[in-house]
Amino acid sequence: MKTAAEAALAQTFSQARDRLPGSGAIAAQREAAFDVFAKAGLPHRRVEEWKYTDLRALMREAKPLAAPPDAAAKARAKTAAAMLGDLEARRLVFVDGVFVPELSDIAKIEAGLRVGSLADALCAGDSALTAHLGKLAPTGDVAVALNTALMGDGAVIYAAPGATIERPLHLVFVSSEKPVATFTRSVMVVEPGARVMLIESYEGPAGSDYQVNAAIELFVGDGAHVDYVKTIGEGAEAMHVSTLAAAIGAKARFNSFTFTAGGAVVRNQLYLRFDGEDTVAGIRGATLVRGRQHADTTLMATHIARGCQSREMFKAVLDDEAHSVFQGRIVVRQGAQKTDAKMMTQALLLSERAEADNKPELEIFADDVQCGHGATAGALDDELKFYLMARGIPAAEAESLLIQAFLGEAIEGIEDAGLREALIESVAAWLKARGQKPV
Amino acid sequence: MALLEVKNLHVEIDGKEILKGLDLSVDSGEVHAIMGPNGSGKSTLAYLLAGKDDYEPTKGEVRFDGKNLFEMEPDERAAAGLFIAFQYPLEIPGVATMTFLRTALNAQRKRRGEPELSTPEFLKRVRDTARNLAIDPEMLRRGVNVGFSGGEKKRNEVLQMALLQPRLAILDETDSGLDIDALKIAADGVNRLRGPDRAFVVITHYQRLLNYIVPDVVHVLSAGRIVRTGGKELAMELEARGYAQYQEEFAA
Repeated sequence: MKTAAEAALAQTFSQARDRLPGSGAIAAQREAAFDVFAKAGLPHRRVEEWKYTDLRALMREAKPLAAPPDAAAKARAKTAAAMLGDLEARRLVFVDGVFVPELSDIAKIEAGLRVGSLADALCAGDSALTAHLGKLAPTGDVAVALNTALMGDGAVIYAAPGATIERPLHLVFVSSEKPVATFTRSVMVVEPGARVMLIESYEGPAGSDYQVNAAIELFVGDGAHVDYVKTIGEGAEAMHVSTLAAAIGAKARFNSFTFTAGGAVVRNQLYLRFDGEDTVAGIRGATLVRGRQHADTTLMATHIARGCQSREMFKAVLDDEAHSVFQGRIVVRQGAQKTDAKMMTQALLLSERAEADNKPELEIFADDVQCGHGATAGALDDELKFYLMARGIPAAEAESLLIQAFLGEAIEGIEDAGLREALIESVAAWLKARGQKPV
Repeated sequence: MALLEVKNLHVEIDGKEILKGLDLSVDSGEVHAIMGPNGSGKSTLAYLLAGKDDYEPTKGEVRFDGKNLFEMEPDERAAAGLFIAFQYPLEIPGVATMTFLRTALNAQRKRRGEPELSTPEFLKRVRDTARNLAIDPEMLRRGVNVGFSGGEKKRNEVLQMALLQPRLAILDETDSGLDIDALKIAADGVNRLRGPDRAFVVITHYQRLLNYIVPDVVHVLSAGRIVRTGGKELAMELEARGYAQYQEEFAA
């Protein structure tokens, strides 16, 4: 028995399959991916990985595929991602899932960097792209399968061996007012020894129940250094499902941070694979939700090579009737001796009606490792709040200070000072809006 | 009317009466000491005046500068000029001491309709005050009281008091856990603030602190009431004879 959304997705695919970019092997990849979805349907609560985020129930309808953005939509996109505006990043702007060169900063690309649009690369049959596309994204994941079947555009980025890309790259994804669905797919290949910072930001208007399905495949070469940040600031009624699939080589540094504050329903997936020895990784995130927002972060980190260190820290602040989910699984394969992995997830509940589900898991097949995990959930400390108030700080401000302190531990793990400041500002903006809401 | 007027104050905690009709009147410019044995209700009085949850009076009233204190939130009390140096200052990881001090000072100024302090002005005040209290500026970069020794926490309370310039400061066992050098530094910090427009209530178990902060009035608190009031010589007498006579009187 198909749901309305499942039937609509099938119809969307059958109508769009012939005009989606790419032919031959790409078209076959789309068909195979769509079969995965057709067999499984939308994931629901009896599918273990989706237990807390029942997509079948949450996704009442599937929106039609977005049309290319008109001039008005492009004009509104000019002010997107203002909070991250001080980073002097090279912006690649996507409106309703379509690359908009005239809003993007594609002049004077530095040596060692190549950027382009996925749609162009698919149409051109770019062999460098086809060598990477679909190699990391897990084929059994239905969200990823839908993305592969319906991907329209996205960014393709190459950093040459040893290249240090000074300016951060910023993929700006903006949705317009139209209640449509976008499927974007990006691929970034960071060759050995190269250094890149990549930011993805997502936003859209509050009044539209648009749907975003985004995925990125990220190849981190030996000795490369990649900082990756995703900020999910979607409109209040939007649905956002996104996936990072990364393979990390030897002696690399990889930092990831996900900041989730927007969207009605958010599912943020991270699939990380430590393929090479002696890599150091910090995987962090902060989620701030209120109203009836639902935000799920699902992390799967697999240590294949020996001697890697990973630190996972995810914090959630929940107000009103919001719901946060953290599922984190660290797998240490037999060959991954000397793995040092520590995962912590903490939820701060500001309301008695909020719900936080934390599910950390370790699966260890090696015998000489240091692994640990922890999870906490609790309310603000009244004693600390009283101490602050006794010094003249009003209740709302005292709470804000304590919430910032709670998130600080995760945010301070961000190496880049400008980015750290931008996220601290984003937290402050969220707290300010919290103080202003009618009681 | 006095700056602080406590009349027939009764307080229950978990159904047990701790303060049983306490009267106290403190004028600007005065330093009062409240001495008493353990369990006499000294800290209960401090928390009640600060406005801590669960510390509700069952009878009586407290007026601060003529206003009913129980109608004010803790932050309003602070902005009105009431400061409590706590016996057990809390650690607040993740909130830098400087941020905390600045937020508190500016929140109070804002409520009083005064302009916020500029950054250089604020920093100068903090540095000068910290120097007087022998507080390493490096400590101010840490989270509030995080990694501070017991004595450092108490000095940090005095630092906050000196910055916030309250009209009435209540020091709850500020001497406990301090060695003699730290005690002198803290007492000097208090003495520097003494003046005609400010009052202090020094709560202590021992007479020792009162050698350095010399009180105008000494009260003996026992079993929830002020049982005797006198001059500074009363503290000496208590040191010599102990609290036994007062406890017996009320146990009877």
